[in-house]
Amino acid sequence: MEPTLTRRLLPFLGPVLFFVVWYGVVVLGLVNKVLLPSPFETVAFLANSLVKGVMVIDIWATFERTAIAFACAAAVGVPLGIALGSSETAYRSVEFLIDFFRSTPSSALIPLFLLIFGITDANKIAIAAFAAVLVILFNSAYGVMHARKTRILAARVMGANAWDIFRDVLLMESLSQTFVGLRNGISMALVIVIVAEMFIGSETGLGHRIIDAQQVLNVKDMYASILVTGALGYLLNVAFLVMEKRFIHWSGK
Amino acid sequence: MSDMLTDAAGLPVMLTRDRTHITVRGLYKSFAGSPLYENFDLDIPEGRIISIFGPNGCGKSTLMNMIAGLIPVDQGEILFDGKTLKQTRIGYVFQQYREALFPWIRAIDNIAYPLKRMGLGKPQVKARVDELVAEFDIRFDLNRYPYELSGGQQQTVCIMRALAPRPEVLFLDEPFSALDYEMTLFIRDKLQDIYLKTGVTMVIVSHNLEDAVFLADKILLLTRRPTRIADYMPFDLARPRNPASMSESSFVATKAHALEIFQREVRA
Repeated sequence: MEPTLTRRLLPFLGPVLFFVVWYGVVVLGLVNKVLLPSPFETVAFLANSLVKGVMVIDIWATFERTAIAFACAAAVGVPLGIALGSSETAYRSVEFLIDFFRSTPSSALIPLFLLIFGITDANKIAIAAFAAVLVILFNSAYGVMHARKTRILAARVMGANAWDIFRDVLLMESLSQTFVGLRNGISMALVIVIVAEMFIGSETGLGHRIIDAQQVLNVKDMYASILVTGALGYLLNVAFLVMEKRFIHWSGK
Repeated sequence: MSDMLTDAAGLPVMLTRDRTHITVRGLYKSFAGSPLYENFDLDIPEGRIISIFGPNGCGKSTLMNMIAGLIPVDQGEILFDGKTLKQTRIGYVFQQYREALFPWIRAIDNIAYPLKRMGLGKPQVKARVDELVAEFDIRFDLNRYPYELSGGQQQTVCIMRALAPRPEVLFLDEPFSALDYEMTLFIRDKLQDIYLKTGVTMVIVSHNLEDAVFLADKILLLTRRPTRIADYMPFDLARPRNPASMSESSFVATKAHALEIFQREVRA
């Protein structure tokens, strides 16, 4: 059982190495201690803030904004994407628009959204939703458009009408690509929420916490908050992967 | 029709009658301006197995797909017993079983799919699926998803699905070419079995001469494009045919004759 044990431990090698290098840099004094605390101090600070609950408020605020933005984006993006994808002409006519705004960094639109929504929570949610909706829409449309032609023909030959084909083939066929869109969409929403919390006046949220800590040179808090933000993004991604594996069991097969 | 029996699910059971089933008249089809079929006529007899064989690019699959309605014709008329395609129940087996089955539903639900589309009730669907399972003597678990089955099992599911509504014609597009030899023999045998039981008209496109001759009552040999009929050979070796049939003199002679015409057409 030696080789399998080694294999199982393999994924931990990277993180361990990361902390070792971090610790080495601090111990050897390669970086000013004011700018980089040791990993132990940082993790201890992180644990303390979590237990005391001060950071939990910020995690929850960021999560809530991300979740609302994502829910709005999914509610609009999935149906619209599937509708556009099932009509090649409809999709082609808006393709450039989608690709253009998908390629535009959404953070470039923050000032514009500020004009519309002001310095509100709705603003942060709106811009994150806008960023996520395009990713989701694009993937859902793409999933429908790339449905296997054979499967559509098979359904037609079995007497399926246009609606049957849409529901039984196109929609199902698009699901695995839709999940890719949802997964990327929520990551995108989180990125934009964090940026918005930093630069659009905010009282809560991890983005606000990171920049606040930086301003007063509370580096332990800053690093701890960055770690938590990373963990949040990672867990959201994993959650979607697990859901995908469960619901889209045929994906990649 | 008075001479049609019906089964438990109320679906007509096919009877073998020796008359023309499918008529193709004045078929015209062109691709990128150059005609593939021009003024093409063909009669397919009822309750027989017809193999279509010919050089690459002559449009064997295109011909079958036009008859089955998967590709539109430019001109011409195709009738089934005088009826249009819309009034006719057909079954179609694709070469790429993996892409033809629905991986999101279980094998058994794939088989039931065309029956549900016909609007049959649950008990009728179940009765027909059970009947098919018995007929095919299925030894694997149909409650699995298609991607959990072997290639031969998946193609078996495809054939069961195509036969579920008791089609008047079963079309098969190179049904063996994605299978290994062992599975080819197995599926070929199953098809003959089903044919002997139901007498359904079958049209098979094949790129393997052995498969084409083995199952056929008639072998349609096509020319290079613009495609014409090179020969329409009868092959009436008694059924059931088995692997030993392939060494019988009539099989060997028919195959040799078909090969001769094929090579002549390839060189032409």
